[in-house]
Amino acid sequence: MWTRSLFSPKTDIDKGTYVTLSLISVAVILALWCLLTYGGITPRDFLAAPHEVVQAGIKRIANMSLFEHMWASLVVILSGFILASIFAVPIGILMGSFRAVQALIEPITGFMRYIPVSALIPLLILWIGIGIEQKIMVIFLGTFFQQLILISDVSARISKDLIDCAYTLGADRRRVVTRVLVPACMPGVMDNLRVTMGWAWTYLVVAELVAADTGLGYMILNAMRGLFTDVILLGVFTIGILGLITDFFFKWARRRLLPWSADF
Amino acid sequence: MSMLSLRDITVRFEPKGKPPVLALDDVSLDVANDTFSVIVGPSGCGKSTLLRLVAGLETPTSGRLELDGEPINGPSADRGMVFQSYTLFPWLTVRENVMFGPKLKGLPKSECEDIADDLIKAVHLDGFEKSYPKELSGGMRQRVALARALANDPRILLMDEPFGALDSQTRQMMQELLLDVWQSRRKTVLFITHDIDEAIFLGDEVHVMSARPGLIKQSLDINIERPRHIDALTSPQFMDYKRTILSLMHDEAIKAEDAANQRKSA
Repeated sequence: MWTRSLFSPKTDIDKGTYVTLSLISVAVILALWCLLTYGGITPRDFLAAPHEVVQAGIKRIANMSLFEHMWASLVVILSGFILASIFAVPIGILMGSFRAVQALIEPITGFMRYIPVSALIPLLILWIGIGIEQKIMVIFLGTFFQQLILISDVSARISKDLIDCAYTLGADRRRVVTRVLVPACMPGVMDNLRVTMGWAWTYLVVAELVAADTGLGYMILNAMRGLFTDVILLGVFTIGILGLITDFFFKWARRRLLPWSADF
Repeated sequence: MSMLSLRDITVRFEPKGKPPVLALDDVSLDVANDTFSVIVGPSGCGKSTLLRLVAGLETPTSGRLELDGEPINGPSADRGMVFQSYTLFPWLTVRENVMFGPKLKGLPKSECEDIADDLIKAVHLDGFEKSYPKELSGGMRQRVALARALANDPRILLMDEPFGALDSQTRQMMQELLLDVWQSRRKTVLFITHDIDEAIFLGDEVHVMSARPGLIKQSLDINIERPRHIDALTSPQFMDYKRTILSLMHDEAIKAEDAANQRKSA
């Protein structure tokens, strides 16, 4: 029994126990929330009660405004993310496997990864204005440099033997890259796109900080002015759920597109 | 007739901040057509470096390498290699892995498939053509790697401890399978191992290497009748060869240990 205990490290537990424990953690948070609000411990303009958040949600679903905000945010997030990925995937793969590319790119990424995106917003406004381009650019800058570093690491970890083996089978340099290095990187690329997609969501409020009139980030910022904590929480929940959906999509896509890869 | 010829090969590595290492010191070696040559030596004796030179994956500091009278510069499909680590392309099925070389050559698809299916049968993996490498055991993966290297019909087959990661039962089975394939296709093989039994069981000739500096200490012809079977392993003849090589290697192992200890204390 010792090795089957919940308290042994790296030991499987049965599915029922797993689900129960997960439900307990959600239930504890909900219970705590109910206790704080319905128990009268916190005032309503400090923390809205669960039913108020549900009501705020129903109202905004009925007049469709929640979907408008969701759509506006999705356009910004996906445009920024896809744009960043289009550049970061090929450059990252080359950077991890070609020392020359690494030497060229590394000083810039090393520096940029520490700059908070919000610090660049004044410059972005000056250079590209306050339209949707500026919001997309915030997401782009927030994800691109992180993707570059992660994907370059994936590429650097591809076994040298795999490359050497392709040479002894008659591949030239170009085909070693296109037929071996690139496909070998794909599982790692997918995993890191999934991780950075999560990070892109976390930049949403920053992206919609300036001159927005729709979007979930805007909805939250706007609600802050009137201390509408129910709307703020509604926005938070919506972002969380959309994030979960995109995460699920990436998991599904990886299983679908890379059925040959061992681990996920 | 000698087809692979190595003359006065020296390889010196100069790692940063460490004393230079003489990996190979003036090594000369001939491998005749259609023979199965084995190089046996302790770890760190430079035997893998020697094989990588022949593959064209590394260049010697000095010396000449020739295959059929032509100098070796860089890797080519002429010299197929099977690695110790699992190097199947995980995104390709068994058949696509074996077809990799022929497809690079631009052979028509049907011909590539015929070559692949024929070799897959030869390594007893028919039925697994559409499996991905992750679904195969270690021994099966190395059989595919062998088939893949043979698909290019290379002039010489280089094998770098290909069975080193397998358990001993699987290894024995793989050795017999390799000899079967070799017997029926007659290839020139250069095989690297640190396992003396493996060297004698497989080889027409065994070259014993010494470490630091790496050089070929002695070469032996193995006159055990072919086809060889597992009972060859316990024959008196086999034991004689084993005794000779063991004593050669034993001195070497002690020397290598001493050298390693000296480097540490220095």
